[in-house]
Amino acid sequence: MHTARITIFAGHYGSGKTTLALHYALALRQARQHVALCDMDIVNPYFRTADHRARLEAAGVELISSPYANTNVEMPWIPTQALRVLDDERLTSVIDLGGDSGGALAVGRFAERLQALPDTAFWLVVNPYRPLTGEVDALLAIRREIERAARLRFTGLVNNANLGAETTARHITESYSFLQGASEAMGLPIVMTAVRRELAPALSLPRGMGQLLELGELSSRFSL
Amino acid sequence: MAEKVLMKGNEAIAEAAILSGCLHYFGYPITPQTEIAAYMAKRMPKVNGCFLQAESEVAAINMVIGASAAGRRTMTSSSSPGIALKSEGLSYLAGCDLPAVVVNIQRGGPGLGGIQPSQADYFQATKGGGHGDYRMLVLAPASVQEMFDLTALAFELADQYRVTSMLFSDGILGQMMEAVDISSLCAQANESPAQKPWALTGTRNARKPNIINSLYMQPEDLERVNRERFVRYAEIAAKETRWEEFLTEDAQVIVVAYGAAARIAKNAINAARAQGIKAGLLRPVTLWPFPKEALGRLSACARTKGFVCVELSMGQMIEDVELATRCAKPVRLVSRTGGMVPSPDEIIEKIRKVNAIENGRGG
Repeated sequence: MHTARITIFAGHYGSGKTTLALHYALALRQARQHVALCDMDIVNPYFRTADHRARLEAAGVELISSPYANTNVEMPWIPTQALRVLDDERLTSVIDLGGDSGGALAVGRFAERLQALPDTAFWLVVNPYRPLTGEVDALLAIRREIERAARLRFTGLVNNANLGAETTARHITESYSFLQGASEAMGLPIVMTAVRRELAPALSLPRGMGQLLELGELSSRFSL
Repeated sequence: MAEKVLMKGNEAIAEAAILSGCLHYFGYPITPQTEIAAYMAKRMPKVNGCFLQAESEVAAINMVIGASAAGRRTMTSSSSPGIALKSEGLSYLAGCDLPAVVVNIQRGGPGLGGIQPSQADYFQATKGGGHGDYRMLVLAPASVQEMFDLTALAFELADQYRVTSMLFSDGILGQMMEAVDISSLCAQANESPAQKPWALTGTRNARKPNIINSLYMQPEDLERVNRERFVRYAEIAAKETRWEEFLTEDAQVIVVAYGAAARIAKNAINAARAQGIKAGLLRPVTLWPFPKEALGRLSACARTKGFVCVELSMGQMIEDVELATRCAKPVRLVSRTGGMVPSPDEIIEKIRKVNAIENGRGG
């Protein structure tokens, strides 16, 4: 699959944008020399890419994030280094946006620069098991609001169907028909399906569900 | 499309409230509970409900008083410093015998503290907060499913006893995501809520006006009203005390913990059992009324060597554990505060120490 120089993950609150952006950046690093993950989440002070700085840096992925992330002066902040994503043509970048239109606003100010690039990928992450996103009409509304705030048009859907720790292969296979319906209604291709690594062997991704992104454990001191 | 949905704890509270017939929500954004307000802002217009972002916490709780007086199921939510601001309203709700649900997703304190999880508002929730002789029913969920289920229960009990139910949780549970079965409330969502003959719904010249008031100028009257209210509180204590016991049947060391701390404690207990230590958990689900009898019974067991309280505070619930057990057995504390969270190892270490106690002495 063609890899865009800049790939942006957007979507509903809690759809899995940060987790997917992290894993996608790590996967890109297998094929690319200079990969950056740019944290533009100005909405949620929890679940930040900066929690995984050590892991990213060990894998050779540069993390561009707010200097205030995970400090006591946490505030909405677009990293000053964010412009490098646009200016440094050697970099293959993944941008993690905050949830909904409030989060998408962060990338709106760069819209003209992004539109001028030949192949920016702007992906809508969908977890149909989240509330308020399990119906196509609701997804259409979220798409409209995000596109307006980001001043960009989506180029693809990412299927991140999951029920957290309770996810089984059945939950993923049962999501295909919903995603296909959403894809047709929106006129957007499904570019990727994300699956927890231990479930991947039990699944053979059907045509039309995009490339497979395997999700591993990121880090956890202990389980709750 | 499925039997379950993946929800944040905060979202589960908001959805459960709407499915319980709460169509009047008043709130004010504060981390880590803001998702409740954000969810309500999105959902309420779709169910012809009212979401209102109040100009302050004090305004929000007074709007709750108004909606409740009109007989409506109503809720507000906040986090620790915001609940402190609402304290006056909590006392007035009690003084007016009005049912309401108030959510506290706790963060570190005192003062502005921090935005990381905490359980340091235990005293505030169970011993007062507001002024005067009153109690609140305090429910402490330990999973996102319980956030959902106990919110529904909070509305039921508030209406039944005309009290404020506080849903008492923390930033861990508010922010974490788990699969939730919401079908139990979907099935009953269209039932009309309980009749409230005391509510201010307009007399239509057909009955005497109802009066909702907390001012009694005659001390004899105020004492009588307060005593009547405490008869209701005694009934709540007798009928509504809830707790969970985990591996207590043969336990020699009893861990007492609620909410997020209880989840970590369960991990520690399983690990201690693997090392041959007979540990068990008593998890209060209601913090008021506190499961005193259950603790007293465990304390009276000859095999019980002692108790370990695990709290995300400097130790507040431990006072109720000591009271409930009359200090008949040693009570030790695992305490992290300011947004820090204990690891299972810290708890296992304390379990080991209590397990080393012989004949209820030392340790």
